[in-house]
Amino acid sequence: MENLINIFIKSIFIENMVFAYFLGMCSYLAVSKTVKTATGLGIAVIFVLGITVPVDYLLENYVLKEGALIWLSPSYEKVDLSFLSFIMFIAVIASMVQLVEMVVEKFAPVLYTQLGIFLPLIAVNCAILGGSLFMQQKAFLNIGEATVYGLGSGIGWFLAIIGIAAIREKIKYSNVPAPLRGLGITFIITGLMGLAFMGFMGIKL
Amino acid sequence: MEFLKKFFERTEPYVEKGARFHWLHSVHNGFFTFLFVPKTTSASGTHIHDYLDLKRTMTIVVLALVPALLFGIYNTGFQHFKAIGELESSGFMQLFFYGLLKVLPIIIVSYITGLGIEFIFAQIRGHEINEGFLVSGMLIPLIMPVETPLWMIAISTAFAVILGKEVFGGTGMNIWNPSLLARAFLFFAYPSQMSGNSVWVALGKNDQAIDSFTGATPMADAAAGNINFSPADAFFGFIPGSVGETSTLAIILGAILLIVTGIGSWKIMLSTVAGGVAMGIVLNIFAGTNIYMALPFWQHLIIGGFAFGAIFMATDPVSAAQTEKGKWIYGFLTGILAILIRVLNPAYPEGMMLAILIMNTFAPTIDYYVVQGHIKRRMKKVKISV
Repeated sequence: MENLINIFIKSIFIENMVFAYFLGMCSYLAVSKTVKTATGLGIAVIFVLGITVPVDYLLENYVLKEGALIWLSPSYEKVDLSFLSFIMFIAVIASMVQLVEMVVEKFAPVLYTQLGIFLPLIAVNCAILGGSLFMQQKAFLNIGEATVYGLGSGIGWFLAIIGIAAIREKIKYSNVPAPLRGLGITFIITGLMGLAFMGFMGIKL
Repeated sequence: MEFLKKFFERTEPYVEKGARFHWLHSVHNGFFTFLFVPKTTSASGTHIHDYLDLKRTMTIVVLALVPALLFGIYNTGFQHFKAIGELESSGFMQLFFYGLLKVLPIIIVSYITGLGIEFIFAQIRGHEINEGFLVSGMLIPLIMPVETPLWMIAISTAFAVILGKEVFGGTGMNIWNPSLLARAFLFFAYPSQMSGNSVWVALGKNDQAIDSFTGATPMADAAAGNINFSPADAFFGFIPGSVGETSTLAIILGAILLIVTGIGSWKIMLSTVAGGVAMGIVLNIFAGTNIYMALPFWQHLIIGGFAFGAIFMATDPVSAAQTEKGKWIYGFLTGILAILIRVLNPAYPEGMMLAILIMNTFAPTIDYYVVQGHIKRRMKKVKISV
């Protein structure tokens, strides 16, 4: 149990997808104009990460890893399919995103139009694939840890995007120098947010 | 004063548009309005004129900083003479003047750099010079270790004023506290000059420190597992540390002025302290064999920058949460994070700076949700009445 809490807190704050690894930047920069759409996208990312990481965990451990196919027949002991992991992970992610897209379109059509292209683009959001690849690298012991890691990474990304969206809403009417308006100031804000988040790096849990 | 007024009035035509010294007009305007109340009134729209304008606010904060500053100057001398073992033979004025010689250059550099940049920006962007930097320029020297090289002070001040404030539109528009940004910038860019044991006590090249001298702050000691400060020393401020942060007593004097005049938010101060105390108690419960975690919770409030941060930094009205309910949440989380980072993060001996920066980041988010909550509540009332 303690282990799960550690993974959870670590993935939200210390190994934050945005500020520690700079993953998922494109939608983070593009969809953070208002808190409302940012919240929508953030929840979608939490959902997708929370599902894909455990599913990919199962794939990794029962199909891809060397000797993972042993449950089919002992003769597969030497089979190593891990070269397929990228394509398998992406397939899982893409199908999950399809599902999210259909749900959002059905139940929140306004949000669907606001998110526009960035909703299907979650499929190629590097934070999502990153989550699965970090899962592979970290060699979690069981599916519970993988799920908690996926959810935690998603929540970390969610916090980052609503944080910057609230700041961008606040500075909407600020007298920002003309060349910096829009993306320029957003990059500066991201950098300074990263500076603030440095406070969590190095915490040992 | 009359001759000054005459001087400014006489020079006014020279800085008008098209005149030869137009490029100095914001400097002229800045000094003129700093010394005298402007006679111009707003030309359009509705304005509310309040006696408590930006200048008054800033002046009071600077006044509130004076006890911490004076004590910091004295303590710089005190720590120096203690380190070389001549404390007994040196008088009060000697200590004070040694400290003054150390601290005054830092203050001058910080003001010249910051105000210079402010003047240039005001000139280029065509707005008036604001007094916001008067406080930041005083805060920066107070939160730096006394041995910080002057060029670093200049670089960090420039970083904070340009990237922390001017790009957001100047005074009152910044998201993060500029003085803390300056310190964080130095902390990550030049870690060896901003931490460790040799930066907190001023020692000249030829000074020979006595054998028992370590120069470590109480927090560095505590992180290393030995607690060797007396709470009384920490409260009155006779410990090594950044210039203005050591004396909790001097900071409390400033806090009283801020609260009485209503400049600083007592809600933030109180909730920050409450957050620190709560986290301290939690750590005490789970301490086990860890000496730092077992440090009595109230002692966290008097060592390091906690008191200074809670009174002068977290309450910055621009970068803190601006809704009343948000202030409680903001302060409480700041206190919790400060103690958490301080104790659990071996990489940073001090947590207050980063805790406040993190909460500055999320202050707009807190405000957003508080406001949304209000809207939702009132919408419900509207629906019932219909």
